[in-house]
Amino acid sequence: MAAAGRRPPLALAVLAGAVVALLLLPLAYLVLRVADGGGRALDVLWDRSTLRLVVDTVLLVVGVVAAAIVVAVPTAWLVTRTDLPGRRVWAVAVTLPLVIPSYVAAFCLLGFFGERGLLQQALGVERLPDPTGYWGAVAALTLSTYPYVFLLAQAALRDLDPALEEAARGLGVSRLRSLARVTLPAIRPSVALGSLLVALYVLSDFGVVSLMRYDSLTRAIYVQYKSLFDRTPAAVLALVLVGLTAIALVFELRARTRGRLWRTGPGAARRARPVELGAARWLAVTWCGLVTGLFLVLPAGVLLYWLGRGISNDRRVVVPWDEAVHSLGASALAALVTVAAAIPVAVLVHRYPGRLARVLERLSYAGNALPGLVIALSLVFFAARYASPVYQTLALLVFAYAVRFFPLALSGLDTGLARVGPRAEEAARGLGRGPLATAWLVTVPLVRSGALAGAALVFLSAMKELPATILLRPIGFDTLATEIWGATQVGAYSKAAVPALLLIVLSAPVLWLVHGDRGRLAESGG
Amino acid sequence: MRAIGVLAALFGALALAGCGGGDSGSDGPLTVYSGREEELVAPLFEKFTDATGIDVEVRYGDSAELAATIAEEGSNSPADVFFAQDPGSLGAVDAQLEALPSKTLDRVPERFRDAEGRWVGTSGRTRVLVYNTERVSHGELPGSVLELTNPEWRNRVGIAPTNASFQAFVTAMRLSLGDERTREWLEGMKANGARTYEKNTPIVEAVAAGEVDVGLVNHYYLSLVKEEQPDAPIANHLFEAGDPGSLVSVAGAGVLGSSDQAEDAERFVEFLLSDEAQRFYVEEAEENEYPLVAGIDPPAGLVPLDEIHGPDVELTAFGAELSSTVELLRTTGWLS
Repeated sequence: MAAAGRRPPLALAVLAGAVVALLLLPLAYLVLRVADGGGRALDVLWDRSTLRLVVDTVLLVVGVVAAAIVVAVPTAWLVTRTDLPGRRVWAVAVTLPLVIPSYVAAFCLLGFFGERGLLQQALGVERLPDPTGYWGAVAALTLSTYPYVFLLAQAALRDLDPALEEAARGLGVSRLRSLARVTLPAIRPSVALGSLLVALYVLSDFGVVSLMRYDSLTRAIYVQYKSLFDRTPAAVLALVLVGLTAIALVFELRARTRGRLWRTGPGAARRARPVELGAARWLAVTWCGLVTGLFLVLPAGVLLYWLGRGISNDRRVVVPWDEAVHSLGASALAALVTVAAAIPVAVLVHRYPGRLARVLERLSYAGNALPGLVIALSLVFFAARYASPVYQTLALLVFAYAVRFFPLALSGLDTGLARVGPRAEEAARGLGRGPLATAWLVTVPLVRSGALAGAALVFLSAMKELPATILLRPIGFDTLATEIWGATQVGAYSKAAVPALLLIVLSAPVLWLVHGDRGRLAESGG
Repeated sequence: MRAIGVLAALFGALALAGCGGGDSGSDGPLTVYSGREEELVAPLFEKFTDATGIDVEVRYGDSAELAATIAEEGSNSPADVFFAQDPGSLGAVDAQLEALPSKTLDRVPERFRDAEGRWVGTSGRTRVLVYNTERVSHGELPGSVLELTNPEWRNRVGIAPTNASFQAFVTAMRLSLGDERTREWLEGMKANGARTYEKNTPIVEAVAAGEVDVGLVNHYYLSLVKEEQPDAPIANHLFEAGDPGSLVSVAGAGVLGSSDQAEDAERFVEFLLSDEAQRFYVEEAEENEYPLVAGIDPPAGLVPLDEIHGPDVELTAFGAELSSTVELLRTTGWLS
């Protein structure tokens, strides 16, 4: 780590500050709206139903985060640290649900487990337990978010120096205890960051809670917006969401910094020797099969079934190529712009740690639990009034994506920069290179994989984004997500299946960027 | 680096493809915000362009979200016309709408337009009770929506409290029977175990699936679900005359006061009420809506509009009444 308190170059600080200020526009809008309402804001805040919403929302976040950790961490350990058969294939398969939009996941779960769903038809029973409500929402949200935890945990396990665990084992600690006392604490910062991303996603998601009929803050915000005349209650509830984000950030920071383990030896860490699973390997394969089956095969299967039903009902199948091009283009731009915007903040945090860096980094998360509708309306407000040339252009849509998905880019860069010691940069400077040349020759190549991973996460999220896209896209700029939405609006699931499957197929290759060179590294291990 | 080159080229291409947004120049195409689904109304826009040579750009979205968007845009709204699903969304932004010419307004009966002429209904729909024909016999069907709180309907009814069309029906009940009676009914429905759904379509699907036996919906969702499941055992039932459960409501349109193409915008609304467009609802549209202009018969199989006597309420008031309705739904536990 760089020496604390080193003053950052002014240009860097200004740049990072400007980026974060832009990210805070939705918050500014909410404050304006709440101020409009005057004292009414407090009435809404102290309303008993607001408290209940907060409790229900927190329960949902806790449930999904816990489920995501339970699914992701053991799986990540199995694919990185053991001789699990086919672990490279599993590693890809369990990340694939990341490309399934959560509202599509919810539709599919309901199509399978719901009333007259595929399961009921297959079993031929009269009635199954109701799949909606809390557990349905937890299942659908876990499906679409656990890969965040998985990817970060996987990276951490791969980079973990086996010497730590070997030392523990050498001291006579059992394998299980060393796992609990050494391995898990060592990857805790990564799991915490992954959990934060999951929590932010859950706080902001509307599609799942609406389909699963679970009353969360987001759902209440939508209902309030739709009652149209008074925008104060919605704004107050949205600010409550920001408050919950702040709490999540505190938890994450504590989990990240408490009892951190460092390797002190010189040189690079070795690769760990894979743990031999022995007879337990089939149990492990069953586990991975369950995870993949429930979270990947099941939704894809339901979509294929709907597609088949549409074809057999003689519905015309139109492949939405134009929409696919729009989705790909807008998402690629979003990835590029968001990573570019995140670089100054990430560099500030890692190379010039201090109060400024910490405040800016934490502030950049502030708006991320806001539902897409709130972000969209805030940008409508500012752009229509003060920036009408960009209003309803692609530029504003890309900007909205950047606002929504900034932490994903930051998390990618974070893991990249954390791995590059500042000493490599200092060495380059010592050899007479200027700061720019150093950045170009040393830092850029070293953080490239982190930047690519961040870009890929932003890309995948932008491909799936719906609420902001609906309101901010240029007129006629249909995307795969808006196609799915349009079809499900009128209950045409067979028609929704085509864009949904196309979205999944087009997004999947991008996961290779997230994986980066991992496959090869895992091979060379041991 | 090559990747960046590719992306730069892509940006250029998309900027070209996506340009034209934000443009509200007077000679550009007419901009319509449509809360009506593309699936249902896209052919109407084509017919308009064919008939008049005026190009139309349509922003599709949810009616209430588009109303909120228009409100946030204020006088800078690029929209020329707001084509909405319900009188509530139109009423919410009526201050931003200009009065329509009387020759347009006079095409439809007074009860289907704004009292001050700022928006006009373009097609009609009735609230109905959709029922599962295998699980509910004809004789069992209730005469009034109020009967649904009776014990024989326990756990058998589906409603969509977050949906605009249900809220409009509750507004109608409040305006015709009073807040107290409405509160009792809402509480009774809660006690009777009515199940909630997000929108009309899932209710009709649930009735088709036997998840619930009956549901309160707009009449035309029946034909949409039949499209997807031709053999579904479902049918619509109308409540008796004057019952709030048989509210006749409209989808409608208005012209934005901030439009710089007001003349073309008015022509568009006029077109929606032309015989050609009205006949579209009867002859071509999948969704089986009612035409509102006199002399054009409704689609086969529908009870004619003048034989349906809904509650005696003014659609004009629905926008302003919405927040009280939402508040009532909140205090009775239907909304959070």
